[in-house]
Amino acid sequence: MKYKDYYAILGVARGASADDIKKAYRKLAQKHHPDVNKESGAEEKFKEIAEAYQTLKDPEKRAAYDQLGTGFQPGQDFRPPPDWERQFHTGGTGGGFSFEDLDLSDLFESLRGGRGTRARPSMRIPGEDYEVRVQLTLEDAHRGTQIDLELMVPEYGEDGGMRRVPKKITARIPKGATDGQRLRLRGQGGKGTNGGRDGDLYLDIELRPHALYRPAGHDLYLDLPLAPWEAALGATVEVPTLDGAVNMKIPAGTIAGRKMRIAKKGLPKPGGGEGDLYAVVQIVNPSVLNEREKALYEELRAQSHFDPRGHFAREKSHG
Amino acid sequence: MAEHEDVIWLHGRREVSIVELAECAALTEAEVRELVEYGALAPSGGEATQWSFSAGCVARVRIAMRLRRDLELGTSEVALALSFLERIEELESRVRELSAQLQAPPRR
Repeated sequence: MKYKDYYAILGVARGASADDIKKAYRKLAQKHHPDVNKESGAEEKFKEIAEAYQTLKDPEKRAAYDQLGTGFQPGQDFRPPPDWERQFHTGGTGGGFSFEDLDLSDLFESLRGGRGTRARPSMRIPGEDYEVRVQLTLEDAHRGTQIDLELMVPEYGEDGGMRRVPKKITARIPKGATDGQRLRLRGQGGKGTNGGRDGDLYLDIELRPHALYRPAGHDLYLDLPLAPWEAALGATVEVPTLDGAVNMKIPAGTIAGRKMRIAKKGLPKPGGGEGDLYAVVQIVNPSVLNEREKALYEELRAQSHFDPRGHFAREKSHG
Repeated sequence: MAEHEDVIWLHGRREVSIVELAECAALTEAEVRELVEYGALAPSGGEATQWSFSAGCVARVRIAMRLRRDLELGTSEVALALSFLERIEELESRVRELSAQLQAPPRR
C-alpha cells in the first residue's frame, strides 16, 4: 500500500482543527472541482483532495489515519502497524485481499462507518451512475454507432469492503448525436443492491474535428472553394455530403461568403428530421499562372470597369 | 437505429417529469420542488404532479448536485450555480455555432 499525506494534500498542519480542515478543503475543492475547472488534471487533483477530506473530517477515520504513523514519504510502500487493523478495522477488507493490493482510500472507505457496515442489510441501494465523456467522429454521429468503454468502477464485497475494478461496457449511440449533446443509457451504470435500481450511464458527447465539416447543432458548415470564373460565370459543382456527393448549381455572380443551403444534409436529429448543410463560398485564385492564363487576366483587367473597393471612396466622401 | 426507451437523448425539445428528473439527479421530489421555489428550475404545467422539465436541464441539475455534495452548498447557492450553468451552456452553444461559421483559410 502506498502512503498518502492527507494533511499535506489539504495544506494543513497535523494538529489542524476540524474547522481549518473544512476551510482548506472548501477552498481547494472550489478551485479544482472538475465541474468548475476544465483543465486537464483537475479531476485527479480534486479526487486527491476529496479523499483526504473524507478521511480527515471524520474523527474516527482521522484517528485511524494518525495511528498509521508518520515519517513516510508520499508514494512510499508501507504497512499499517501490526495492531492497527485489530484496533480500527472491523469490516471490509479483512478476509478479502492483502494490503499490497489496497489503495489507502479503499482502506478508509471500508473502515467502521463505511458503506458496508452502516447500510442495513435490507436497505435498497441504487447502483452508481457513471458519466463519461466520449469523442465521436462526425460519420459515427451521422449513422449511429456502438462504442466500447472501459471504466474503473467501485465494487463492494459481501463484507462491505470496496475496491475499484475495471468494467467493460458496450454503449449504443443512436443517430442524433452532436457536439455537447448528452445521452442517458438507463440501467447501464452500477448494479443496485438489495433490489435498488441499477444506475445509469451518461455520455457527454464531443465530436472530433472533421477535415471538411464544422457542426453547429445539427447543421453542418462546409467551405466551398470556387475558381474566380466559376463564381463569375456560374457553374455546376460537386459538393461532398455525409450521404455522398451532390451536384450544386452555382449562380453567375456568386460572391465570396455566400451561404448556400443544402437541405437535410446535416446531422440527423434525435426523434427524426435532419439538420441542413451550408456550403460557404470561398473564391480561390491559382497561386501560379501559366503564360496564357496571365494574358487572359491582363486582358480582363484592361477590359473590366469593376472596382472592388468603390465603397472606400464613397464612405470617405460621406464621412 | 431508432431511439429505444432505455437510450434517451437529453436535449431541450424532450421533456421529463418530476419523477424522472429526481431519479436522474438522485434528488427527492421535495428537493426538486424546493429548487423550483427558488426559481432555479422552471417547469411547465400547473400542479407539481403534472410538471414537466426540459430534458436539457438534466445534465445541469446533475452537475449542480455534485457541486452541492462536494462543495457543501445550500439551496440558494445551488440555484445560483444552476443559472450560471445554463448561461455557460448557452454561450458554449453560441461559440460552437459561430466557430462553425468561421471559414478556414483557403487551401492551395
